[in-house]
Amino acid sequence: MGLMDFFRKKNSGDIAKDRLKLLLISDRANCSPDMMEQIKNDIIQVISKYMEIDAEGLDIQITQTESDGNNGSVPALYANIPIKDMHHSAKNLKA
Amino acid sequence: MSEVIVITSGKGGVGKTTTTANVGTGLAQLDKKVVLIDTDIGLRNLDVVMGLENRIVYNLVDVIEGSCRMKQALIKDKRYSNLFLLPSAQTRDKTAVTPEQMRKLTDELREEFDYIILDCPAGIEQGFKNAIAGADRALVVTTPEVSAIRDADRIIGLLEANEIKQIQLFVNRLRMDMVNRGDMMSIDDVKEILAIDLIGAVPDDEQIVISTNQGEPLVGRTDTMAGMAYANICRRLTGEEVPLMNLNVKSGVFAKLASLFKKN
Repeated sequence: MGLMDFFRKKNSGDIAKDRLKLLLISDRANCSPDMMEQIKNDIIQVISKYMEIDAEGLDIQITQTESDGNNGSVPALYANIPIKDMHHSAKNLKA
Repeated sequence: MSEVIVITSGKGGVGKTTTTANVGTGLAQLDKKVVLIDTDIGLRNLDVVMGLENRIVYNLVDVIEGSCRMKQALIKDKRYSNLFLLPSAQTRDKTAVTPEQMRKLTDELREEFDYIILDCPAGIEQGFKNAIAGADRALVVTTPEVSAIRDADRIIGLLEANEIKQIQLFVNRLRMDMVNRGDMMSIDDVKEILAIDLIGAVPDDEQIVISTNQGEPLVGRTDTMAGMAYANICRRLTGEEVPLMNLNVKSGVFAKLASLFKKN
């Protein structure tokens, strides 16, 4: 921990707010870690049909994002899927 | 036109009953005809906070079961002749009443009163369902704590699912000294997280404990921050635009100033 980190130490009010935000996202989505794992596996299966992806590096989570409408922030499913090989797709589709 | 307002929170001990007592008394001070209903069957407390515990003869369940007439069960307040309490039953449980019966009861009271205020029990079970059945509007009470806000969020979801038209946030027990040094979530933090309209905030005030000890709600007392905050909330409930008061003023100095002006 550097000197700057020491000065930037979060106070407990901010910690509470951050914890709550995360907590409410999962509460509102009613999404268990089990279900997240299933979604992740399904995504891997589907995308793998078209390209070679790094299943280990895949990261999915439910976060919040500003909606285009006027109802403020809404839950969003965020997925970061590293692609290993784009050309893999054509070969697989022919099969 | 009359309005049925339910005071709810999910979590227990955040100040629902105290808020019901003060909001009801405050609306009575504004010359509205008000009835308070304690819907916490088996664990009644509103009678004690109002200081009316010695006057109970009949209760909510008696009225619903037809053992007495509504007029017989309503208790007139000690100080305001336009304020009434319908106490809960102490020896029964939540299943003694159904949501349909509660809706019928509140509809009957609409004919006579401007405001029908329901004190909701903690939890999300039968008692909660009974309390919200006939409500037009809900005040969600929370304190600036993680557990209370989490429960409030759940309650807001349930109120929306039950098509309560107007849902407003009430932040209780704020400690501005802690907010200022960053150790407590601010009103804006809570508002941002729960994303509903704010009806008002009340600071943590030891006068609340004292007034509950005495069984006299402190709303409207200008020598206390909480009393003034509650009075503002009541005016907002009637549709008046009242700016949020600055809770940062030290109550000691403020109280002295206020009482000085009052005497003159």
